[in-house]
Amino acid sequence: MPRLVSHPDEVKIVSRRFGQGAANIDRYIELGGYESVKKCLAQTPDWIVNEVKASNLRGRGGAGFSTGMKWSFVPKQSPKPKYILVNGDESEPGTCKDHLIFLHDPHAVIEGTIIAGLAVGAKTGFIYLRGEYRYLLEIVEKAVADAYARGFLGKNIFGSGTEFEIVTQTGAGAYEVGEESALMESLEGKRGIPRIKPPFPAVVGLYGGPTVINNAETIATVPHVIATGAAAYAELGTPRNGGTRLFCLSGHIQRPGVYELPMGYNLKKMIYEVGGGIANGNQLKAVVPGGSSTPVLRPEEIDIGMDFDQVGKAGSMLGSGGVVVIDDHTCIVEFALRTIGFYQHESCGWCIPCREGTDWLQKSLTRFHAGFGKAADIDNIQYLAENMLGRTFCPLGDAAAMPTIAFVKKFRKEFEDHLSGKPCPFAREGVPQLTVA
Amino acid sequence: MSPETLSIFSPALAARFDALVSNYPVKRSALVPMLLYAQDEVGYLSDGVIAEIARRLGLTELDVRNVASYYSMLRFKPAGRYNIQVCTNICCMLRGAYELYDRFQEELNIGPHGTTPDGLFSLEEVECIGACSWAPAIQVNYSFHDELTPDLVAGILADYRAQAGVPTDRSSSVGWKAQAERTKEHA
Ligand SMILES: Cc1cc2nc3c(=O)[nH]c(=O)nc-3n(C[C@H](O)[C@H](O)[C@H](O)COP(=O)(O)O)c2cc1C
Ligand code: SF4
Ligand code: FES
Repeated sequence: MPRLVSHPDEVKIVSRRFGQGAANIDRYIELGGYESVKKCLAQTPDWIVNEVKASNLRGRGGAGFSTGMKWSFVPKQSPKPKYILVNGDESEPGTCKDHLIFLHDPHAVIEGTIIAGLAVGAKTGFIYLRGEYRYLLEIVEKAVADAYARGFLGKNIFGSGTEFEIVTQTGAGAYEVGEESALMESLEGKRGIPRIKPPFPAVVGLYGGPTVINNAETIATVPHVIATGAAAYAELGTPRNGGTRLFCLSGHIQRPGVYELPMGYNLKKMIYEVGGGIANGNQLKAVVPGGSSTPVLRPEEIDIGMDFDQVGKAGSMLGSGGVVVIDDHTCIVEFALRTIGFYQHESCGWCIPCREGTDWLQKSLTRFHAGFGKAADIDNIQYLAENMLGRTFCPLGDAAAMPTIAFVKKFRKEFEDHLSGKPCPFAREGVPQLTVA
Repeated sequence: MSPETLSIFSPALAARFDALVSNYPVKRSALVPMLLYAQDEVGYLSDGVIAEIARRLGLTELDVRNVASYYSMLRFKPAGRYNIQVCTNICCMLRGAYELYDRFQEELNIGPHGTTPDGLFSLEEVECIGACSWAPAIQVNYSFHDELTPDLVAGILADYRAQAGVPTDRSSSVGWKAQAERTKEHA
């Protein structure tokens, strides 16, 4: 069971019911649950959309798109049914926040899904969890059943005459299925191969109907936005970056854990104060700020506010909120190799630049780390990764290329230190060295 | 005979499938969950499982295999009764996942992706399982164990052996019990 942490700087909004038994429906109601959806039932769909827009809530799945804006793209009239799709595929290395939401506050996801449905005129919501999250799926399924039993879901929710159904779904292991159109394919019983865009899901999505797809944390935040009011929520964060978010601190940090901090919280402070600094008294070498696909930052680059815009300006991305801390005893080449190994494994193989590119990068880095690299390989790795950028069918290709480019550019010396048969300078005695087959 | 009586699935699973299929606008949407639930019961996707799922959904076996082969949790061969999946992705690697994976291999006396001769344990390296802040983490079937160290490995294995009713000469390590206690506190 994941350990819960806390820090005085936290602003607990989404996590405020964590550890309080709120998976139980009575407890959830006691803690103010299902009040927001009741409020929304008395309002117009436009009011809900505008409220979410005004809150400056941006998608927590990675790209940080304005949630209210996304909802407003759904056509009001549609011959086909509309759907809400909750993305609980959580597979980006470094990310484990949806895990806690499903565990401690599943009703917040349900309530948010209903509100999204009311906002866009959808009558069905799907909550898709990655296959590995079976114990969480059981918690969510129990919560859904309890909500049905209370009449919060079904043909006549809260006695309002409005219908809303929720269906839960399990995946079966695939990172790529987290990509929105691949998720829809998977939910339709197919391989998780992404679809060509446009049309975008808001217009043609699941079963061909207009679909809102949001990350589980985004959806779980919505009831809080409604409860707090858009302006108050927006104010917690920075301009255009409303509210708080769950940051997953991991790696060589003294106090790893999931902390809820205001958008724009300083990264350096997050590492040294909230996370207690670098573990084992070591020094900081690098930080991956938003999940494994985001470009690495050097220690001198971390005095930045953690919101989508500021991290973007620093040349990386806020991504999925996974802050991975790397100490000075770590080999960056090995880290880069393990990162690309993941993308090579998860590439769906549909398009050549990604399928072949990740494979070649993995092969080159494996050889390199084993001490058989040549000076020209360093440029080749960078060249290859740069040529994948923007040339793949879905963003997984970029997700593999971007971190690789940053590792080579920012830690070139470490690559050079592996040249001409030299053993890895960070080889530890008795510890196996990573050589991906 | 009705198709249901021919089922290679338990009546409970067959009923679950019937309910599942009615959830969606399109029957086929039940495919991925059905494959996983069938695997949970049968142990792997045998030819019989594939054939029956294809029949229930009105798909060809080839179509079912084509989908099944995409997903990493689905397997076409049996695994051990307890399938140990060690995450070695970045956050776990930084906190000693490979040392942990090595210790499992030593304790079980099997290599990567091996199965013990008694069929009790299989071992594999997996990608991120969504427990990064509690690294290094593993899953044994669907159960998570987190914040591990190699010294906890023997105790974990002993507990699963005990659960399976297999006598063991190794007493469950104190470290593992302490960890379980701590976990309960946070539950
Ligand atoms: C390869 C890939 C994997 C992704 N995995 C996830 C995921 O696991 N969870 C998630 O919420 N979004 C994931 N996304 C982002 C989704 O495509 C989508 O943008 C997101 O769910 C939208 O929700 P949001 O607007 O609330 O962030 C992934 C994207 C890509 C390209
Ligand atoms: S970029 Fe990679 S994951 Fe995306 S479609 Fe191409 S091969 Fe598949
Ligand atoms: S990296 Fe191991 S659980 Fe995420």
